[in-house]
Amino acid sequence: MGIEPLEVLLRDHPFFRDLDESDIQFIAGCGRNVVFEPGAYLFREGEEADQLFILRHGRVALEIMVPGRGPVVIDTPEEGEVIGFSWLFAPYRWRFDGRALEKVRAVALDGVCLRGKCEDDPKLGYELMKRFASILVRRLQSARLRVIDIYRP
Amino acid sequence: MTVPAELPEALLSEPMVPREYRVVSRRRETHDVVTLGLEPLHGPGSPVRPGQFNMIYAFGIGEVPVSASGDPAAAGPIVHSIRAAGLVTRALCDSHPGTVVGLRGPFGTDWGVDTAVGHDLVIVGGGIGLAPLRPVIYSVLANRERYGRVSVLIGARSPADLLYTSELQSWRSRFDVDVRVTVDVAGGTWRGPVGIVTELIPRALFDPASAIAFVCGPEIMIRFAARSLVDHGLDPANIRVSLERNMKCAIGLCGHCQLGSEFVCRDGPVFTYARVGRLLAIQEV
Repeated sequence: MGIEPLEVLLRDHPFFRDLDESDIQFIAGCGRNVVFEPGAYLFREGEEADQLFILRHGRVALEIMVPGRGPVVIDTPEEGEVIGFSWLFAPYRWRFDGRALEKVRAVALDGVCLRGKCEDDPKLGYELMKRFASILVRRLQSARLRVIDIYRP
Repeated sequence: MTVPAELPEALLSEPMVPREYRVVSRRRETHDVVTLGLEPLHGPGSPVRPGQFNMIYAFGIGEVPVSASGDPAAAGPIVHSIRAAGLVTRALCDSHPGTVVGLRGPFGTDWGVDTAVGHDLVIVGGGIGLAPLRPVIYSVLANRERYGRVSVLIGARSPADLLYTSELQSWRSRFDVDVRVTVDVAGGTWRGPVGIVTELIPRALFDPASAIAFVCGPEIMIRFAARSLVDHGLDPANIRVSLERNMKCAIGLCGHCQLGSEFVCRDGPVFTYARVGRLLAIQEV
């Protein structure tokens, strides 16, 4: 079985659904295929955040190391989702650890390259920002509901 | 939902008088939830349909409504899972085989599992809300060929708060049901999803045009889960929710459990979201 071109992988991913073919081609120029074995870290807190991960397979734990408690998992993005927004905003540092819970296959998009493309093509940049904002709002709502403890009778 | 065609004779004559039941089994599910098996001291017990509830009386302390959580097809004790939240529930959780409690019921509407035959099912339970849904899951899995795709979506605060863990493993090992479990907070050893139960809904496979959902949990969870199901295309009339309010008489007389014009004990506890969704958003009721 051959390796599918990045354009095909991106086009099939929900995050890029209905994006113009020319934009997919444009973005694919920033990408590469990556694979992480279970337990491997995609990124570590405090390191330079230079990638956006388009998850194609597997689940990732976003976690924070809490002294005395060990790692606390705060979210678990999986196949069909994307992770990594720290490349968008200064100081471009990861805020959490990202650890593969199972074998993870993803397309890693270079953050600097992607920022550059968004700056060069504001229409594409705005379209991507809307998609990022939608994910961020959903995660914010989830975090708010967890704060109020929705399982408490 | 199905309204009882015939109430048991004892209920018709003396619905407010508890019958004596003996605790015959006790199983600790989590740090604050216990499952009790109850058998009547005298005469046969009254069968409880999935979704219905009994009023259980800790003598000298008080009475609480508790939905049945056992297998409706199984002979033997009536099964109730109880979370220790107040004086009465704490006393019931502390009971042990041999303890005698009072029981009135069964009361209220049921989930109407038979009316969902032929449809995809989405079963959404959060926290102790999984208990009233367990009889639905038993019924559906016992007649699996009668239904379309079946998704069971379960949320809890943490892995330690998950109910019925051995059954969860058994259900997850089946190839004909999609069981997904998520928790709010987890340590590094948890390999499943972290997040609220509504986040599992987009991942479940169902035909939104005809799927039927069964939702149970704290009211705030029901609101957000039902809204999410509607956002994913379900008709509010096809979303069934089980509510719990301050049931006292259990027969629609005292009004303690009223939700607007609805008596939760008599008209519910199982309602369609189309019927009560608007009321759930009104703070004053």
